[in-house]
Amino acid sequence: MNRHEQLTNGLKKGAVVALSSAPFGVLFGAIAVDNGFSITEAALMSGLVYGGASQLVGIELFGHHVAAWIIVLSILAVNFRHVLYSAALATVIGRYPHVERWLAFFLLVDPQFAETVKREEAGKTATFRWYFAMGAVVWVSWVLTTIVGAYFGRMIGDPKAYGIDVLLPVYFLGLTMGFRSRHNFFPVMLAGGIGSVIAFHFIGSPWHISVGAVLGILVATILPPPKAHEEPDVSEMEKEAM
Amino acid sequence: MENQMSALSIDANTALLIVVAAIATYFTRIGGYVLMSSMKRIPPRVESALNAVPAAVLTTLVAPPFIYGGWDIKIAMVVALVVGLRFPGLTILAVGWAAVMAARYGFGIGP
Repeated sequence: MNRHEQLTNGLKKGAVVALSSAPFGVLFGAIAVDNGFSITEAALMSGLVYGGASQLVGIELFGHHVAAWIIVLSILAVNFRHVLYSAALATVIGRYPHVERWLAFFLLVDPQFAETVKREEAGKTATFRWYFAMGAVVWVSWVLTTIVGAYFGRMIGDPKAYGIDVLLPVYFLGLTMGFRSRHNFFPVMLAGGIGSVIAFHFIGSPWHISVGAVLGILVATILPPPKAHEEPDVSEMEKEAM
Repeated sequence: MENQMSALSIDANTALLIVVAAIATYFTRIGGYVLMSSMKRIPPRVESALNAVPAAVLTTLVAPPFIYGGWDIKIAMVVALVVGLRFPGLTILAVGWAAVMAARYGFGIGP
């Protein structure tokens, strides 16, 4: 395989994510300092937890002096979707050697997952070289932008004034649309969407993510599976990879 | 000077909280893999379920902000959706941002 393409494409994919997640890194840094974190602690959290939405939830609760175990539980609830990601990528990341494999799982954030699935679906192998090039760019950028936000936090002001609040939902919208040609996409999306909206109203954030995801996946298991000739996508390629 | 010190300090309890949260998160990132590799072969239903993961999970991050967001967010997301039918990720992001700014400053619609 083309090792050069793997590296440059990984770096490129990482750069796009780095760019679109930068406002949130800055935002998290600013909010973290505002809620009583030091710059070091903010950077530590971005480097180790490495999950934007869960960090924002965690720091919000920390600022309200909520008990530590509730904070950890909430972060766990927001990040629970990663269980599904690691299951879905079991055959892709599972073929990396040991150390690389456990490192790859550490870097498994939403865009990393989406891009990896897309690359495999396009018939190109998501090698560790490609995966790590992308992940490293995103991780470094995430930690650096956190530090920038923590350092300049007080100068930022209201994120809504700069339209930062719309970036995350629009970004995830784009990722979701990338999968629209998949078998059962629309029923799954409807179930996930309606489930999360109802759960958001009655149970509240962050639990709506898990509720909606489980409903969407349930619908997919109930609906008939694709006919063998109909969809030569990941499932086929994953079998070859095994 | 004292401010400068506290800006870089680490509180032991806070550090512990971060580390425990990081371990919990890492478990979610290997959990699915550990579960899958304990299976000899993947049943078709499980495979259908796994194929549905991107659409099911990502939608839960999109639908609530759209439904519960203001008209400025709704407009921006619809515009982004239409543009997304033809154009890639970064373009969607730029157009979505431009739309929300236009709604807020051009048309005076919320936040």
